[in-house]
Amino acid sequence: MNFWERIYLPAILKGMWITLKHFFRKKNTVNYPDVKRPFAPVWRGWHVLKRDDQGRERCTACGLCAVACPAEAITMTAAEREKGEEKLYREEKYAAVYEINMLRCIFCGLCEEACPKEAIFLTDRIVPSDYVRQSFVFGKDLLVEGTEPEKRIDVSKRQKHIQEKIWAAGGVTQ
Amino acid sequence: MPKVKIDGFEVEVPEGTTILNAARQIGGDIVPPAMCYYSTLKGSGGKCRTCLVKVTKGSEKDPRPMPKLVASCQTQIMDGMEVANITSDEVQNARKGVVEFLLLNHPLDCPICDQAGECHLQDLSFEHGMANTRYEFERRTFEKIDIGAYIKLHMTRCILCYRCVYTAQQLTPERVHGVVGRGDHAEISTFIEKAIDNEFSGNVIDVCPVGALTDRTFRFKSRVWFLNPMDAHRDCPTCSGKAVVWMYGHEIFRVTARKDQFGEVKDFICNTCRFETKKTSDWTVEGPRAIDRQSVIAQNHYTADVSTVR
Repeated sequence: MNFWERIYLPAILKGMWITLKHFFRKKNTVNYPDVKRPFAPVWRGWHVLKRDDQGRERCTACGLCAVACPAEAITMTAAEREKGEEKLYREEKYAAVYEINMLRCIFCGLCEEACPKEAIFLTDRIVPSDYVRQSFVFGKDLLVEGTEPEKRIDVSKRQKHIQEKIWAAGGVTQ
Repeated sequence: MPKVKIDGFEVEVPEGTTILNAARQIGGDIVPPAMCYYSTLKGSGGKCRTCLVKVTKGSEKDPRPMPKLVASCQTQIMDGMEVANITSDEVQNARKGVVEFLLLNHPLDCPICDQAGECHLQDLSFEHGMANTRYEFERRTFEKIDIGAYIKLHMTRCILCYRCVYTAQQLTPERVHGVVGRGDHAEISTFIEKAIDNEFSGNVIDVCPVGALTDRTFRFKSRVWFLNPMDAHRDCPTCSGKAVVWMYGHEIFRVTARKDQFGEVKDFICNTCRFETKKTSDWTVEGPRAIDRQSVIAQNHYTADVSTVR
């Protein structure tokens, strides 16, 4: 090492100069949650179990989503609709228990592809983080959308055309 | 013994064999599908018309082709007969038409139906049916009927194959259900919904090719593709005791008779075995049942010997 290298000063100044330059550069990060990045149109997040236009649950617990699921994240228990529950459930069978393990789910979207009733959709909502594993098993309380118009959950742009087709057919897929 | 050629495959079968049974001896894709014919039930067949084939050469003595497509479950073979099934476009088109007719009144409620996954009509329409219906009129519908404590009748789903009627007639000493009405009005009925209380009545569930007759003790309990079918047997005083138990973990969800590769039961089982013995301790489990790889029941199942898996 020569004299200039031994006193380190030029190297330190050079490093400071790089740091100073970064002060005026464009930032790569955003201040989440105040600022949110726009989602890609193919984003798949938190599932929703849709209701039809009369507020009845579309899901009929056919089990096709669970058999299509490569991560085996979906489990369900079916029950028979009683007399007087016609306003709650569309078909004579419904899912009494419907659970998705969000830790297992890989958000591939095969369940919404398998669904014959257009009941399950992956929306552009992020699944919130938590400290307890058990809270990631999402039951019907976290998956089914509300009946009131303001509690309805929009499906993402990716699936809009499927939904519009259903509405055009009067909410009936068969 | 007479020789017959089906889709180019030659087979030698005894006199009086039907074309369908000769094709079954060859096996593979050339076997015509059958919705109403059931080898263990006398007199069955000839109703659904799905097994139609073309006889391109009548026999060695009279080589003229038959003028119309024939039902292979009813037509007996002749020496030197040549039959076209999958090699004939005419047969495939006719079968497509037959499937469309079978589906005229059949509801599209497979997501609800307990038979889904092992339904012959589902397989048939998947292979030959159209995606859409051309039928514009209202479908005929019926109320669901409980036939006794064990069997549920969804007449809406029935395709009138008469298999259950023959089962009741031939397996049980006195028949209590049959077909009432004609044509579009024909329906399986027990007259005033009289319960079938014979010890072998549960077999009508197994012979039903669709979900018209289903097990009430298994109703909506699970889907067939979530369950593991296992060969099992038990000492039964009334029947052979050889059955298939459908398990989820260590729990038995339902019991059915053993079906062969054509979906037909050879050993019918009694109601006690089918509906009332659902404890794992009641059965001696022999091992997993071979499932067709293409079947939805094979999804997520490993039926190969575990010791060979590395």
